[in-house]
Amino acid sequence: MTDRIEKRIELKAPVSRVWRALTDHHEFGEWFRVKLDGPFVSGQLSRGQITYPGYEHLKWEAIIQKMEPERLFSFTWPHPKSIEKADYPLDCSKEPTTLVEFRLQKTASGTLLVLTESGFDKLPADRRLDAFRRNDGGWTEQMKNIENHVAQKP
Amino acid sequence: MSRKNRSHVATTANRPHAPVFAALGDQTRLSLVTKLCRGRHYSIAQLTEGSRLTRQAITKHLRVLQRTGIVRCVRAGRESRFELDPKPIQEVKSYLDFVSKQWDEALFRLKAFVEE
Repeated sequence: MTDRIEKRIELKAPVSRVWRALTDHHEFGEWFRVKLDGPFVSGQLSRGQITYPGYEHLKWEAIIQKMEPERLFSFTWPHPKSIEKADYPLDCSKEPTTLVEFRLQKTASGTLLVLTESGFDKLPADRRLDAFRRNDGGWTEQMKNIENHVAQKP
Repeated sequence: MSRKNRSHVATTANRPHAPVFAALGDQTRLSLVTKLCRGRHYSIAQLTEGSRLTRQAITKHLRVLQRTGIVRCVRAGRESRFELDPKPIQEVKSYLDFVSKQWDEALFRLKAFVEE
């Protein structure tokens, strides 16, 4: 059982290009869908507004951690209890956070990007999503899921 | 990744995730959970079977699992039997799966963005 998410993706673009897409706040905003107030600065709070249609009331907040050029970009961000419009704005500074890391590696065809998000073990259990508890396949189904999950990540 | 889907209905339970991860971060307990995944009820004797641990050691591990709500004790006559409650693990797993899916979508957009 793991408390982290890891993703590896091959990008057909040079490391320098990927680095810019990650750390230039305009470019980051394009693909992530957030309008950021200013550039990312290591050790500082980054603020912005989500631009995803219908969810523009959501704030973006993260504390930029490491910016090691073309190697590592990381930040911590909150996982609020609720992001329902009625509950907003929340005091995100009081919410528990996870650590997001983007690591870049040069490959023959471009860049290998490894994304990890860790620290889920520190989140309270109410950060779960009832809407996503769709595994109503009954007991057997749930057991199977859990068995697979625990066996996968001993 | 937009965080639009991080919304959820507030629930009454406020059990922290950490103990669930901690409880499962042990090989013996993990194998107990795997065993309990296969059926409804197990006695201590059945759970001790095939393990090199003593009945006492197994009981201790079961207690840890019980405290986190992963395992429930049910009485069958004079005997205690143990069964799995899939909820705590399922809850942790659902949230991880969800965040994971959000990242897949965001990384796909990043890929399109840098490769265009």
